[in-house]
Amino acid sequence: MASGSINWFKYSAPSNFYVLAGRIVPWAALLAVVLGVAGLYLSFFVAPTDFRQGEGYRIIFIHVPAAWMSMFIYLVMACWAAVGLVMNTRVSYMMVTALAPTGAMFTFIALWSGALWGKPMWGTWWVWDARLTSELILLFLYIGFMALQSSISDSRRADRAGALLILVGVVNIPIIYYSVKWWNTLHQGASISLNAAPTMALIMFWTLIVMTLACWAYTIAVVYARARCIVLERERNTTWVKELVGGKQHD
Amino acid sequence: MFAAFQCVIRRDLLLALRRRSDIFTTLFFFIIVVSLFPLGVGPDADILRLIAPGIMWVAALLASMLALERLFANDYADGSLEQMMLTPQPLFLLVLGKVIAHWLVTGLPLVLIAPLLGVQYDLSSEGITVLLLTLLLGTPVLSLIGAIGAALTLGVRGGGVLVSLLVLPLYIPVLIFGAGAVEASVSGLGAEGHIYLLGAILIMALCFAPLAAAAALRISME
Repeated sequence: MASGSINWFKYSAPSNFYVLAGRIVPWAALLAVVLGVAGLYLSFFVAPTDFRQGEGYRIIFIHVPAAWMSMFIYLVMACWAAVGLVMNTRVSYMMVTALAPTGAMFTFIALWSGALWGKPMWGTWWVWDARLTSELILLFLYIGFMALQSSISDSRRADRAGALLILVGVVNIPIIYYSVKWWNTLHQGASISLNAAPTMALIMFWTLIVMTLACWAYTIAVVYARARCIVLERERNTTWVKELVGGKQHD
Repeated sequence: MFAAFQCVIRRDLLLALRRRSDIFTTLFFFIIVVSLFPLGVGPDADILRLIAPGIMWVAALLASMLALERLFANDYADGSLEQMMLTPQPLFLLVLGKVIAHWLVTGLPLVLIAPLLGVQYDLSSEGITVLLLTLLLGTPVLSLIGAIGAALTLGVRGGGVLVSLLVLPLYIPVLIFGAGAVEASVSGLGAEGHIYLLGAILIMALCFAPLAAAAALRISME
């Protein structure tokens, strides 16, 4: 850690990446559990009742982190896809593949918790509002990516085709992000922004941050664990994998 | 460079003219889907006028999906696509030529028949004009975005269904602004805003979609 010059390209070799990911996973998982427990405790017992929305607002503590993660994971996928297309590194494609299911899950959670929140607050499960619709499109993009990858049997072509699709779909992200500003529809505006004080009680804000960090840690743990499986699967014919599994490989 | 571009357009148009049934399949699909709705929803003119823009646009979307498979598949099957990629001409220009030819064959007929269907739906003449204009701006975008999906799924099993999964989410903005423009003009609000946005989408698609489709073709062909 302390040495100034780490050779980052070292980890673009699947064997080194596998070891690094294996070191990260348990710590990230531990962090996710600790932060998750702390965040849930804060959100259920410490955060005060909202004066307008009552207890129902507590859904925000899962809804907003999930919505953030759904967009953020897509952007991370787009970055890895671009790196993969430019530098032709296999590990970046593996990261794209590993990120997709988690991103789809967070998108689904954001939509679902939003529906549960919408029923008591707006009196409806679903409206065809700009932000809801664009988030739904995001879910379709994730599903389309996974469908494309799974239907192409040549993994190299699947990787590159998927990466291109992700980069094309990235136009949707600013649309979701700005949708509450551009269209004045039912979804409420953002309560938190980078250049202004949050318009909510400070304890609520910090609870939200803790929950978001918990989601981050969870994502890191799950994605690296999944990436490790993908590395093993793709590299199953190499010597280092055969040595790793102790010669139990048959093909 | 532009000679090759024109050559691709002329070749594709000629091929389409030799196989006229392809053109009519798309057109009749559009007409039939649009005509089915009054039978399903009921012949109430007020309701029909209300739902006309959405139905026309969704039908146009589905019809253009139907035609997408033919964009590269035949050339891929007989090897001429590979030859095109081996020429020194920039690939995105050839792709653009193919897309334009494809739109002339499958998109333009939809635009031309739309006023007639608009009359069936009791749209006002103003609404029909706006519908025509939005389809004219929007259907090329459908072909352009569709080209990316068609190129990505070239030769993939179950490609036809997969294309719809990949491309339909990207079509949604076109659908929203296209149908929104007609709705806005029918309800007395100006349609200009929607039309400008559609124009902006078209320009963006013209700039970037051929590049993306060309990259997708290279990925699929290697």
